[in-house]
Amino acid sequence: MYKWLLISRYLRTRYIALASIISVMLGVATLIVVNSVMAGFGQEMHNRLHGILSDVVISSYDLNGLPDAEKHKQEIRELLGDDVQGMTAIVQVPAMLNFQYDGQWHTFQVNLIGIDDASYAQVSDFSGYLLHPENQKQLDFLLREDGYAVGRENFPESGWKRRRARAEYEKVLREQQVLESSLLEPGEPSASEEPVPSIPDFGEGGGDSIPPPPFAGGENQSDLDDGVEFDPAVEQHTGIVLGISICSIRSRDADGEVRDYFLCAPGDDVQVTFPNSGRPPRAVSDSFTVVDLYESKMSEYDSSFAFVPLSRLQSLRGMIDQQRGVAHVSAIQIKLREGADLNRARDRLQARFPAMQYGYRIETWKDMQGPLLSAVQLETTILNILLFLIIAVAGFGILATFFMIVVEKTRDIGILKSLGAPSRGVMSIFVGYGLALGIVGAGIGTVLGLLFVENINHIADGIGWLTGREIFDPTVYYFQEIPVIISPLAVLLVAAGSVLIAVAASLLPARKAARLHPVEALRYE
Amino acid sequence: MSSLRTDRGASSLGTPGPHQKNKPVLERPESTVLLSSIGLEKTYHKAKVAIPVLRGADFEVHEGEFLSIVGQSGSGKSTLLHLLATLDQPDAGEIYFEGNRIDCLPAASRDILRNRYFGMIFQFYHLLPELTTLENVLMPTMIQRGLFKYWFSKSRHRKRARQLLDMVGLSHRLKHRPRELSGGEMQRAAIARSLMSEPQILLADEPTGNLDQEAGQEIMAILRTLNQQRNLTIVMVTHDQQIARQTDRTVCLVEGRVEGS
Repeated sequence: MYKWLLISRYLRTRYIALASIISVMLGVATLIVVNSVMAGFGQEMHNRLHGILSDVVISSYDLNGLPDAEKHKQEIRELLGDDVQGMTAIVQVPAMLNFQYDGQWHTFQVNLIGIDDASYAQVSDFSGYLLHPENQKQLDFLLREDGYAVGRENFPESGWKRRRARAEYEKVLREQQVLESSLLEPGEPSASEEPVPSIPDFGEGGGDSIPPPPFAGGENQSDLDDGVEFDPAVEQHTGIVLGISICSIRSRDADGEVRDYFLCAPGDDVQVTFPNSGRPPRAVSDSFTVVDLYESKMSEYDSSFAFVPLSRLQSLRGMIDQQRGVAHVSAIQIKLREGADLNRARDRLQARFPAMQYGYRIETWKDMQGPLLSAVQLETTILNILLFLIIAVAGFGILATFFMIVVEKTRDIGILKSLGAPSRGVMSIFVGYGLALGIVGAGIGTVLGLLFVENINHIADGIGWLTGREIFDPTVYYFQEIPVIISPLAVLLVAAGSVLIAVAASLLPARKAARLHPVEALRYE
Repeated sequence: MSSLRTDRGASSLGTPGPHQKNKPVLERPESTVLLSSIGLEKTYHKAKVAIPVLRGADFEVHEGEFLSIVGQSGSGKSTLLHLLATLDQPDAGEIYFEGNRIDCLPAASRDILRNRYFGMIFQFYHLLPELTTLENVLMPTMIQRGLFKYWFSKSRHRKRARQLLDMVGLSHRLKHRPRELSGGEMQRAAIARSLMSEPQILLADEPTGNLDQEAGQEIMAILRTLNQQRNLTIVMVTHDQQIARQTDRTVCLVEGRVEGS
């Protein structure tokens, strides 16, 4: 009883112990905050990577891919049985994308992916990353009237509305050019009284200059298909979904607000050039109409992926064997049921399709992103170790403080021993005191840490306002808010570890107190 | 070598108080000598210099006696008291309590002796500064009993502590901390604390040494009352001959030996 009474009194009256409590508290709070933020980032990245990559991918080392996707799918289904939830075949090829903006042709290197719009959404979260709500339900590579990126500020007018306005403007511009060229010829009647058409705004940043038409015009073979002139006001090319970072620039406006400046939008046409499957490969170009944008918030993907219909890409690349009626694909993506063992499935597939024989690369999504995931894991581990050292430092603080308290309390220790308190009782007072400091420090630190995590975005804003520099820049991280995940187990481990360190730090001083000679202690001045 | 046991039937320790039920007691032969020492020697070593303090002190305290030990500074009075109280161990010699040798008992048994059989008061009172007067008085009982055992009989212990504080005239100072008390009040609180376990003997180390004459006399009056009314055996160390004269018997320590009484 006397131990608990003295511990509670020491806690309330020895303000020097407050320093120990604060150091434990700060260590625990910091660890909880860092762990939660790292877990949030890790989980967010995990979700995005997994959402894009499906579970297991069988891909061919050969750019021309593996033959007869349906036969392969059948074998995979027989091999993996009920574990298979969905499968889709894709064609993936490096390509150059061109479009015109502000009088300039812009060229980008892209990763052109041919997808089956019916099955691709079953194996990945692809649909969820599209901007049009209808496309999120089911993509059909057709341009929508409007309604893209609902609720998103500064998104340009898109869809058929944009396309018709642009076609109209282009038409007027062409007529004007014809008129001007006819005026140059002598004897032609003057048309100077005709009004010059007003210039519609087709994109961000284009308000002050005349945005030139983005179409490739007569260069496109498809514009003159069947000898019928292509009318962009009512027709579209094959649909293409572009990564949002391919056709936009994220920056800050004059007010410091983060804005996306779009160079092209759904409704515009682009040209794509890619190699065919011939020997040697030759460049093939075709026009596509942007039907939606893709925003996974993984900059690596958003700045390089362009999706087109699988059959069209196979056809353009010459990947269809007309005689056999078999089409080649680059890869087969497999979605397994929840809880299925990915590594086991991969190993079984590798055994069925040995690399030496087939030349296939069979990987799980984690294998494909292994270095990145390992780096994040390593970073989290190192951060945890470093931050736990903060608590270890707090432990040394407790050690020093307790030695001081033992010296200060030498006479009290003598009194207790003169009253018959055993040495182990005296020791347990100081160990209990360390335990109490640890519990109080870890308890307050846990509450503070959780409150910090709960309000981390407000706090980041506040610090940004104070320092004049944004702590968490959405233009860099592609997150509007700092992602956090509070793991109860991690919080428990941090708190328990801190209490353990506090107790360990009190052991030596407690042992010293227990060994004090009662007579010497009573005489201590 | 004496042994501790909890059977009071064969013991002659006298009528047990309410707190002495099931109290481990020491077996002793029929004798009126409560505490005695034979040839006690104690030498302190400071900076490799041996300082002999006790050089064969023979000493006896009888039951119900109020004895004072006098002597010059450095004569070994306090050292003798500390050895008798088992706070320290002699280099040579023997100490007997109720006929049982106690100087060579294990530490745990000596802790029990100090907690339940010996009461101690000191020149500088030695109250715990973080605790109230009442809590200080309760401390021996708290040490004796575990958390739950104490908790279940808490009201009884608190009642007894209040009675003791009332007896020494401190019933109005229950919630006060030691720093809020005068020297005399602190010493009275220390006396109340020493009586909490109903000890067989009270060992007092210069109890009036830090008090003015009036407060000193008040303390002596309390000790005399305890001795006479409760038949409490008291051994008091003092350098004040006037104080010593108020006791039943005085022994004089000269150069570490008991010279006479």
